[in-house]
Amino acid sequence: MANGAVAIEEKNFYQQSTNKYSGILSWLLTTDHKRIGLMYLYTISFFFIVGVIIGILMRLELIAPGKTIMDAQTYNTLFTLHGVIMIFLFIVPGLPAIFGNFFLPIQIGARDVAFPRLNLLSYYVYVAGAILVFISLFLPGGPIDTGWTFYIPYSVRSSTNVSMAIFAAFVLGFSSILTGINFVTTVHRLRAPGMTFFKMPLFVWATYATAWIQIIATPVIGITILLVIIERAFGVGIFDPALGGDPILYQHLFWIYSHPAVYIMILPAMGVVSEIIPTFARRTIFGYKAIAMSSLAIAFVGYLVWAHHMFTSGMSDTARWIFSLLTFIVALPSGVKVFNWVATMYKGSIDPQTPFLWVMSFIVLFSIGGLTGLVLGSLATDVHLHDTYFVVAHFHYVMFGGTGTIFFAALHYWFPKMFGRMYFKKPANIAVLLFFIGFNMLYFTKFIMGYMGMPRRYYDYLPQFATLQEISTVGSWILALAIFIMLGNLIYSLRKGPKAGPNPWGGVTLEWHIPSPPPMENFKEIPTVTHEPYDFSQLKEMKNES
Amino acid sequence: MNHNSVAGNENNHTAAHVHRDDVGAKLGMWLFLFTEVLLFGGMFLAYAVYRYQYPDQFRIAAMELNTGIGTLNTVILLTSSLTVALSIAAIQKKNKFLSILMLSLTVVFALMFMVNKYFEWMAKIDHGIFPGSEELLGRPNGQILFFGLYYVMTGLHGLHVFIGVIVLLFMLYFLIKNDITPDNYTKLENAGLYWHLVDLIWIFLFPLFYLIQ
Ligand code: HEM
Ligand SMILES: [Cu+2]
Repeated sequence: MANGAVAIEEKNFYQQSTNKYSGILSWLLTTDHKRIGLMYLYTISFFFIVGVIIGILMRLELIAPGKTIMDAQTYNTLFTLHGVIMIFLFIVPGLPAIFGNFFLPIQIGARDVAFPRLNLLSYYVYVAGAILVFISLFLPGGPIDTGWTFYIPYSVRSSTNVSMAIFAAFVLGFSSILTGINFVTTVHRLRAPGMTFFKMPLFVWATYATAWIQIIATPVIGITILLVIIERAFGVGIFDPALGGDPILYQHLFWIYSHPAVYIMILPAMGVVSEIIPTFARRTIFGYKAIAMSSLAIAFVGYLVWAHHMFTSGMSDTARWIFSLLTFIVALPSGVKVFNWVATMYKGSIDPQTPFLWVMSFIVLFSIGGLTGLVLGSLATDVHLHDTYFVVAHFHYVMFGGTGTIFFAALHYWFPKMFGRMYFKKPANIAVLLFFIGFNMLYFTKFIMGYMGMPRRYYDYLPQFATLQEISTVGSWILALAIFIMLGNLIYSLRKGPKAGPNPWGGVTLEWHIPSPPPMENFKEIPTVTHEPYDFSQLKEMKNES
Repeated sequence: MNHNSVAGNENNHTAAHVHRDDVGAKLGMWLFLFTEVLLFGGMFLAYAVYRYQYPDQFRIAAMELNTGIGTLNTVILLTSSLTVALSIAAIQKKNKFLSILMLSLTVVFALMFMVNKYFEWMAKIDHGIFPGSEELLGRPNGQILFFGLYYVMTGLHGLHVFIGVIVLLFMLYFLIKNDITPDNYTKLENAGLYWHLVDLIWIFLFPLFYLIQ
């Protein structure tokens, strides 16, 4: 292969330590953004699998009415843990911490993030948060059972281990803030010469907008959580209605974070989509600036809509219709992106590799999630659907069908760059198909059940839901099988996959200009950027480079 | 761009990897302070909501706070903000001794603040006013909330003072060890920024709890 020369000449970041240690310590104490990104990858994937297993167990319980494999209290703790793990340990940190860390510096032509040691600290703060969740399972009182929203007053009254578990969420938030600060500073300070803001790849734009949300929204959940802990410890009364406090205030504070947080979850995914589509359509992205700006618009408008989670909690009518209206407005920039992606594919010469297939699946699932979001954002329909399976279906379509699938897309897209090997295409593609089938069986049924009135977070149900619940559970098995095949393939390919060249897909952003896996310092010489980010005329020059 | 490699001043890095970016470091610090402001912002919001809900009881409860100690602490904290600024100015002017002196004074002021706070809290607690106490629970809801917020907000501020002291002590150590020098003092500046923030938040807490009556 033509890149052989490059590979011999320079050691890659696996072979060369960034610190004075070798072996395991050269990883655990590394300040290299790529190694830290990989440590996140392994840790976060682990928690994802744990979360999936808990999800499967819940579905197993629900396969038939009445008690099947666990009692009601166990079910309560499981859906709480499932939510906490999936939200705080998987989907919020997922893309930024793994792929942001690994690729953001490379894509802007930097050698590392602005604060490498802080980056390592963020990782350990994340691990500390995860350990706290784990400890909270075993302390007296038992695992938390409030649901991941920790709603007051139940979260103050519950005798389970609420304080420790939510303190874990506080710690995880801290990690998120530090990562955000690091990325914003990196983008402002370390862009290579010529890399103006409007020459940055769209993944960088998305991560940058996300970082701002992380910085602005996370402290609010931080203080909310602290107040709940203080409330539980000392009975201060801030949220406790018995002492004059206001539980609705808790909901406001909670959703002022947690609504923007859904954009922390989805924006980086949209960034990845904007990388993958041009690469496999061999076409410059349509409406580059519109996509970049819509990320910022989402980040901004996303702050103004939190109360759509509270239509039924007793706000004034005026507040309710205003928030309903604002919710519709935030759908616009998301729509802009989807149309731009589709326009990019139009008349492109499409190469349907696995990452692209994941993206197709994303567009379908995310559109369903987004459109049903509008149903929930409309005041009248939400009153009917609030806290039913419809909501559960909606957020799984958005978070799992949206960000989750893109997590897999990113994994397949950047796998050759990160590990220097290809995966096997056939099983990878089969996994996409199985995933799509399983996913829709698992969750589309929930739209129907929700519409029929099945409430969420219920351990048991009426006989008329039995068939749909069964289909849903079978769907969860197909889905699990898909994930199993996908991960099995990737893990097997780490050792046995064919060697990958520097640019297996014909991408043109900076990471495809360097060897796979990248050398320790990314660039022998910091590049000077002259091209637009998705200018495929570079491909010819790049062939000559290698 | 200020991305110059300063080789060899950190030995656990390979030379090319080391970079120093003072502007970047300060940008990072400002972003962090911003998150701190938002953290307190949540509490100020709660305060505003309840003050609006129980204006009279907040007024009555506020009269029980000791404005004297509050004022004294305000003066102390403001002065400490000055000394930390002087410490930075001193190191810029290459006067290491003065810088150390001013920084130590800052720490002393911070400790004075905490001692005052301790006595103030203890006096209240001796009167049986603390969250969950019988005395407080016997009072109307507005007063319970006022004192609840009082303990939480000044408590969290106190925690920040405490963290500030630790940070300042580290800076003192760095100064003495010549890790902070006349041409590399961003660390100290950032610590100073943090300290100003602690001061600033107190400037808001003080009138809200002690003065509006
Ligand atoms: C195989 C995969 C999964 C299965 C089988 C599954 C299943 C479930 C089930 C049965 C519930 C309880 C619904 C209710 O009764 O309210 C639930 C809740 C939830 N799931 Fe999943 N899920 C999966 C993946 C995910 C992923 C990837 C995410 C996030 C990215 C996620 C986020 C959530 C959240 C936030 C809740 C709400 C928890 C709560 O009510 O406190 N799930 N899931
Ligand atoms: Cu929302």
